[in-house]
Amino acid sequence: MTETMEAPVRRGAPLWAQIVIWMVLLALLALVGVTLNKRKQGTVQPGDVIPDFTLPLFDGYQYDGKSEVKLSDLRGKVVVLNFWASWCKPCEQEAAELQEAWEFYEPTGEVIFLGADYVDTEPEARVYLQKYGITFLNGPDMGTRISQLFRIKGVPETYFIDKTGVMRYVQVGPFSSLAQIQQQIDILLAE
Amino acid sequence: MNRTLRNTQYAILLILILAALLAIPVAAQGTNPPTDDDVNAVAKQLYCPVCENTPLDVCPTQACAQWRDLIRLKLSQGESEAEIKQYFVDNDGASVLKEPPREGLNWLAYIIPPLAILAGAAFLFGAFRRMKKPALAASAQSPEVDASADEYVSRLEAEVKKQR
Repeated sequence: MTETMEAPVRRGAPLWAQIVIWMVLLALLALVGVTLNKRKQGTVQPGDVIPDFTLPLFDGYQYDGKSEVKLSDLRGKVVVLNFWASWCKPCEQEAAELQEAWEFYEPTGEVIFLGADYVDTEPEARVYLQKYGITFLNGPDMGTRISQLFRIKGVPETYFIDKTGVMRYVQVGPFSSLAQIQQQIDILLAE
Repeated sequence: MNRTLRNTQYAILLILILAALLAIPVAAQGTNPPTDDDVNAVAKQLYCPVCENTPLDVCPTQACAQWRDLIRLKLSQGESEAEIKQYFVDNDGASVLKEPPREGLNWLAYIIPPLAILAGAAFLFGAFRRMKKPALAASAQSPEVDASADEYVSRLEAEVKKQR
């Protein structure tokens, strides 16, 4: 009777390789999770403090002699930030009302309207601004940085930011009337 | 002598006129307006900024039509393909590019798919090898069985012969 000693069979990858593979897989899963969570979040919510941003202005628009405007420079004022585009038909519905509201509040000096032109072409944007006689500050959302900050879902979207830089109300889609715009601004002015 | 000189002058003049005539189409070519194909060659490297996963050259939206018009304008102004793409990246972000720039986390898009394919191939190779090993071991053992069987048979035959 003979006994044979079998050599142990090495199975699979070495331990260090397995650890690396699992770590990479977990890191990828975490990345996917964070991205999905960000998408699920929706737009910034009322009560959120808005981080500072700079909007470069189209030629012909200036704030305090500068060709750009920073949100932090507008502390103490109510800010109405409107995202729009020249290719956006619903934006046209509210363009006249927004300009009318701006003309109403401009003399008070307590309210600033900002128009951020979202993924648009400048020649058409200029035609749009001229067509609706828009005089409040307007500029391109370069690199979609501001719209990403607000996590907008489309245009038009309008954000009302109070005097302390906190977002208080968001209008998704066009306004139906001038009164609707005034109502939100008056609440913030009364505080 | 005079005649030869005059002939040479005529020949030079003729060459100059021909050269001028040939140069005209070349100069005119530079001022040709860009064709739809020229515009689409750039547009297909960009994606619609509004609708997801739609190349700019086939996108039917108003926004894309405006972008294509702008590409046409920029091409007619002599801007290169790279300059036009950079303009859109500066204005609308790198997400408008069909191929993300090779930087930062974007590298994952280039590295992970080939790595996943390699890992999959390695796994399959290993799995096939493991499946093949037991079969080989079994076939390697069978001759021994046969050999012992043969020995038994030969011994049996020898015993039968002895009995006879």
